[in-house]
Amino acid sequence: MNGIDKTTDEILQLAATHFKVPREKLRADDDFFKTLGINSLQALDLLTRLEQHFRIELPDYELQGVTDFRTLAERIQSRL
Amino acid sequence: MKSFSGKALSWKLADGTIELTLDRARCNEIGSITLGELEQFIAALEALKADEARALIISSSRAEGFCAGADLRELFERSQAMAPRERVSGVRDFLERIHRVMNAIDAAPLTTIAAVHGVTFGGGFELALTCDLIVADKMARFCFPELRLGLIPGFGGIPRLKRDIGNAVVRDLLLTGRSINATKAQSAGLVSQVTAEGDALRVARSTAAQINKFDARTAAEAKRFIKPVPHEDLRREIDIFCDLFTRPAVEAGLRKFVESTDALPYLP
Repeated sequence: MNGIDKTTDEILQLAATHFKVPREKLRADDDFFKTLGINSLQALDLLTRLEQHFRIELPDYELQGVTDFRTLAERIQSRL
Repeated sequence: MKSFSGKALSWKLADGTIELTLDRARCNEIGSITLGELEQFIAALEALKADEARALIISSSRAEGFCAGADLRELFERSQAMAPRERVSGVRDFLERIHRVMNAIDAAPLTTIAAVHGVTFGGGFELALTCDLIVADKMARFCFPELRLGLIPGFGGIPRLKRDIGNAVVRDLLLTGRSINATKAQSAGLVSQVTAEGDALRVARSTAAQINKFDARTAAEAKRFIKPVPHEDLRREIDIFCDLFTRPAVEAGLRKFVESTDALPYLP
């Protein structure tokens, strides 16, 4: 698994665990707002968990327009 | 003082510690109801006898977080009902009142602790900054999103942030409007302790118990010596806020926020 795939997989796993969604229902290209059924407050919660998991700082303005897990993984990858 | 239970908050005094709990849906947005009850709290605080309380903990019982800031919906709706000149005097009156509350907490002769979790944005961040110590749940996020509305923080945030931490971090938070997590806030010198998820209030209580061991007069003198209230900058902040408030960009920004059906209104 390459870097971006591994990062995507870790995001999907973390999202599935925290938002109690079966991991197999989540795909890299899914709109995470729709798939997880989350609002902006929960998106901030997800951002904090991702920052902790990957030990990075990810300014929230970098998430503007980002709705799918793969693009989110790319943003994270650029901070690793 | 012993206890109070209102529409937006409650407080109780026990064993030398006052616990003030914010509890207003959705995330403790500060509007006229909260302000009125905070003013009642300050009156009760000022009526306390010396040594009756040594610590104050401010926390939230809302799952979403500590406080999402000013009640922008109320601000927008009230300002829409006023002529432009009345808008400035209306907002100035609100700011003068909230500043009196914030200044009173800032300078209170007891040790104050903000126990924060989740969203600690705008006016909520500013309320936390009035406290002597911030104990943050590891899921807390801090943000000054005001610039996206065409405004600056108006509840005393910039002067207090400037007093407490380095100017570069202040500029980063203010000029980008980005949110930072508790770990980053601690490394910037803003947060005193980071706790496990759901543990901020417990840690704040343990800290308050420690504070209660000390002589009240000595603690109050130590605080007065080390924590000046930046009155001049606070006055200037009100003037700048009022200057900016009537611009069309602000009305448009508030309207966009209030009418948004976007899933992202809390993201800068």
